Amino acid sequence: MYRYDEFDHQFVSERTAQFRDQANRRMSGELTEDEFRPLRLMNGLYLQLHAYMLRVAIPYGTLSGKQMRQLAYIADKYDRGYGHFTTRQNIQYNWIKLEETADILQALADVEMHAIQTSGNCIRNVTTDHWAGAAADELLDPRPIGELIRQWSSLHPEFSFLPRKFKFAITGAPHDRAAVKVHDIGLRAHKNDKGETGWEVMVGGGQGRTPMIAVTVREFLPEKEVIPYMEAIMRVYNLFGRRDNKYKARIKILMHELGAEKFKAEVEAEYARHPVQTTEVEQRELTRIEKYFAQPSFEKMSRFAPHFENAKRENVDFTRWAKNNLATHQVDGYTIVNISLKPEGGIPGDASGEQMRVMATLAERYSFDEMRVSHAQNIVLPHVKLEDTFAIWQVLKANDLAAANYGLIGDIIACPGLDYCALATARSIPIAQAISRKFADVKKQEEYGPVKLNISGCINACGHHHVGHIGILGLDKKGEEFYQITLGGSSSENASIGTILGPGFAAHEVPDAIETILNTYVKLREPGEEFLGAYRRLGPKPFKEALYATA
Amino acid sequence: MSTVEKGQVMTANRLRDGDAVFLTRAGIWSEKIDDAALVQEPQATAALEARAADAVITNHITGQYLIDAERIDGKIRAALTRERIRTLGPSVRTDLGKQATGTAGAFAAVEG
Amino acid sequence: MPLLKNNQFVNDEWTRVADADALPEGAKIIVNSARLIQDWDLLAKYTGLLGVSIANNERAEILTPYLSQLSLIVLNFPAYTDGRAYSQAKDLRLDGYRGELRAEGNLLLDQFQFMHQVGFDSFAVNERFALQQWQAASKQMSLAYQRGLFRISGEREVWSQRHQGFAPWEEQPHAG
Repeated sequence: MYRYDEFDHQFVSERTAQFRDQANRRMSGELTEDEFRPLRLMNGLYLQLHAYMLRVAIPYGTLSGKQMRQLAYIADKYDRGYGHFTTRQNIQYNWIKLEETADILQALADVEMHAIQTSGNCIRNVTTDHWAGAAADELLDPRPIGELIRQWSSLHPEFSFLPRKFKFAITGAPHDRAAVKVHDIGLRAHKNDKGETGWEVMVGGGQGRTPMIAVTVREFLPEKEVIPYMEAIMRVYNLFGRRDNKYKARIKILMHELGAEKFKAEVEAEYARHPVQTTEVEQRELTRIEKYFAQPSFEKMSRFAPHFENAKRENVDFTRWAKNNLATHQVDGYTIVNISLKPEGGIPGDASGEQMRVMATLAERYSFDEMRVSHAQNIVLPHVKLEDTFAIWQVLKANDLAAANYGLIGDIIACPGLDYCALATARSIPIAQAISRKFADVKKQEEYGPVKLNISGCINACGHHHVGHIGILGLDKKGEEFYQITLGGSSSENASIGTILGPGFAAHEVPDAIETILNTYVKLREPGEEFLGAYRRLGPKPFKEALYATA
Repeated sequence: MSTVEKGQVMTANRLRDGDAVFLTRAGIWSEKIDDAALVQEPQATAALEARAADAVITNHITGQYLIDAERIDGKIRAALTRERIRTLGPSVRTDLGKQATGTAGAFAAVEG
Repeated sequence: MPLLKNNQFVNDEWTRVADADALPEGAKIIVNSARLIQDWDLLAKYTGLLGVSIANNERAEILTPYLSQLSLIVLNFPAYTDGRAYSQAKDLRLDGYRGELRAEGNLLLDQFQFMHQVGFDSFAVNERFALQQWQAASKQMSLAYQRGLFRISGEREVWSQRHQGFAPWEEQPHAG
């Protein structure tokens, strides 16, 4: 894991002092709210329905036991004993006071964390594959370049007042778990004919009210050119991105309005106009960072794990959890443990301070002191011995963390919605809870196979509904909440935007509608065909017919 | 028979802690919507707006706006679900927010 | 409106000349970009010092042919949230412009250091803030991760510091 050196420590502590001063100037009236808003947003502080909300950055979703314990401490001391893990691999707290925020930032700085640029029209927290460094299909660990980009983008003087927010996602594996094609910039590692590693640069993806799939602007960018090339893209966006309408201000709209070819030409012209003097420092810095992400000292073990096999024979619940929640690791004898934060009837992504401490202890004891937050709002223990999984599962079970629904219909992504969020048009969480209760039986969930169900409480799409195999968007119709269903979205390497099926549903109708969709799939699927594949083959028609026939 | 009186209420967030507050007839910002001044006349609305602007200048509140509401048997119900949630707390965590601290409004976020 | 340069208030010696107005002899004048380009034959022979002001939706490249003969370029921040002039400034400095680069518009304390770092060296500020507030704001951060910044307050470049033997990237601009 990356560790701060003296510079990083000083940077974050100066930044905290700066925010303390800004907050004091706001409370004394020296700064108006209009002037303070972008400053607090650049430190992750929003004003929501019930209180301030603080979003804390978890760069590329990686954190240590100590850091997780500090998040638990903040939840208990400054919030109401819990936090919400988000689709940007961050955590947010819902009950924050402005007058305590600087103290919280200091508590974060104490464990090498911050809330810098988790909001505002700047470069946001960089996200990556939550299985980075562990996934069997990985070409390279995307986190070192992620850390390089984190540093480069922190308080970037030129790019802190962009037309709109800006999000990077990076994958080092061919199977995209980081949704890179629906980000402002997506990077994908691959090798060229000569066997060199470089990055495919994708620009202009995004969700929100105008969802778009990113366009590849460079097939193969050599690693040493990443920072200068990103500067060129950012400069073109900063200069020419629209500022007259905040709904048309993302880079995807610039890409769309210029056309991909013209956009590429602008970037290439900007890149050629100011050739960089040298990128040797950037390369040395990347090499320095890479050392922090060296593989932990794995033991040499057999693929066969007798205790694990025994436990499976003896415990049906464990078997089910192991089947759904473990993923293949790069190293024999190890596995990736996916802790679902989606218990039946629970709030997706929420964890109590106590649960955070439990997960921290498990990470320290069994996973080389490392955890990941996934964009699907779960927690990952990336490097676990198969032989330890039964012990881990028992602890998880005792703490309501053993939901065996990873990747299934119960593993729902949901934004906070109108229960917390000032922008929301409808509630998301009660819908997620009702669906998860409807499909409480994991056996039933397994029959449906892998299904991603994503819920957003407004068109801003924080709940990624556009790229859910099943997407639900909560809207407001004359004061009533209602919900639009989309099918066929995906955030994988074969990304697609979901199609709206038809008129929306009242909240109480949604779970039945989802069941109708799933049963239609079961009826029409070919042997072994997953939900998304079946939808892509069949199109929306049979689902529409089933859904609206009785309506 | 219950009496229903329609009008508007001035609301905001308290600057220091962000809590949802409502302007009373006495010019105090209360955490409880039932304490709020419900007004109908343009003159009264303007008076609430002027008071809120003063409270912005003294750094007590931020983000003030008028909401539609009605008073039913002495209790105030906001028109929009969003505002009712603000008078209560999250509907999915009834152990938190105004509904847990005795400052809740009297009406549920969603009926039925 | 006070002019801030080298963290001091100074007199503004520059005069803005409207499109239709005659050029005062031997003065320091600011014209807009359209006039600069249109009247270049005349302006190239101007007896005083020449400055230009460009809007933030104009491309900085339009000034490239004239840079060596310009002593002042004025960039605008119509709102402090509109960051286009940061990139215009950076573009001009990367193009080798070393004359005075002035920021005007809605300038606030908390963006002051950013403006310095992309190459601005004079600031038409309003009277709301005292000199010592600007001075303090110019050095809120003592470090920067990016390279190639202008480091008026002696900010350390983190990456160059970490990897000894690399000088910071760029010369400091001379003032005015």
